[in-house]
Amino acid sequence: MSERWRISVHQHDFDPGVEIESLRNAAAGAIVSFVGVARDFSGDFPVERITLEHYPGMTERSLEDIVRAAHARWDLTQVRVIHRFGELRPGDRIVLVATASSHREHAFDACRFIIDYLKTQAPFWKQESGDQGARWVQSRQSDERARENWDIQQDLTAQKQ
Amino acid sequence: MYDCSRTDQRSIHGDVMKLTVLYFARMREAVGRSRDILEAPATVTNLGQLRSWLISRGEPWSSAFSQVQPLRIALDQVVSADDATLRDGAEVAFFPPVTGG
Repeated sequence: MSERWRISVHQHDFDPGVEIESLRNAAAGAIVSFVGVARDFSGDFPVERITLEHYPGMTERSLEDIVRAAHARWDLTQVRVIHRFGELRPGDRIVLVATASSHREHAFDACRFIIDYLKTQAPFWKQESGDQGARWVQSRQSDERARENWDIQQDLTAQKQ
Repeated sequence: MYDCSRTDQRSIHGDVMKLTVLYFARMREAVGRSRDILEAPATVTNLGQLRSWLISRGEPWSSAFSQVQPLRIALDQVVSADDATLRDGAEVAFFPPVTGG
C-alpha cells in the first residue's frame, strides 16, 4: 500500500470525520472531501434497500489506478477513498473521497476527478428495491460526460504546451 | 517434453484454453450463475471470439448477450476491447456499465 493513498472496499460503515482528520498534515493546507449517500427516492421509485454488488479484486485495482492518475495530474499529499458494498439503507454512507494538497485548487479538482472516474469505471453495481420490486440502477450519460470532460481538459492542457 | 512453465501453453487435454468467466449484475441474472470454468477451443483467441463462441453454444448465453446491452468485458480485471488476446488461465468478466459511487 502506498503512503500517498489509502483505499478501502468493505461492507462496514466509516466515520467521515475520522477519515478527513487522518489527512490533516502541516505540509498540506487544504483538505477536500466528498461523501456519497444512499438516496430514498429514484425518480418515482421509493427505495427501501440498496444492494451494492462488486467485483472483488478489480474494485481495488480500479480505484488504485484512478487515484494514481490523480496523483500524476495534481500535487497531492494524501488521498483517502472508501467504498462500501453489500446491503445498505437510504441515508447510509456509500463512498468517501478525500484529498489533501498544499494547493486548494488541486485538492478540489482531484477530489472531483476521482469521484467522476469512480462512478464510470469502478466495478460496482447498485440495485434498488422497495415495495414496488427491485431494479438495477442505470448508468447515466451525465456521469460519462463528466468523466470525459477531464480527458478533454487534459488534451487542451497538453496542446498548449 | 511438455513445458508447463509457459503461460500461453494450451491444456494437455487438447488444443483448448482454460478460462474463468465471471458474470455480474444483470448479466449474472441472465446467465443464471456468477461464474463458469470453461475450456475454449483453439479458434477462440480473443474476447470478441469468446463472446461469439459462448453465443453459439446456445442458452443461457444467446439470450443473455442479446438482453444485456451494452456490455463491458474485463480481461484479468482490466476493461478490454474485443481484440484483446486471451491466454490460458485468464479471467474474463462480463458486466453492464458500472453504477457505483
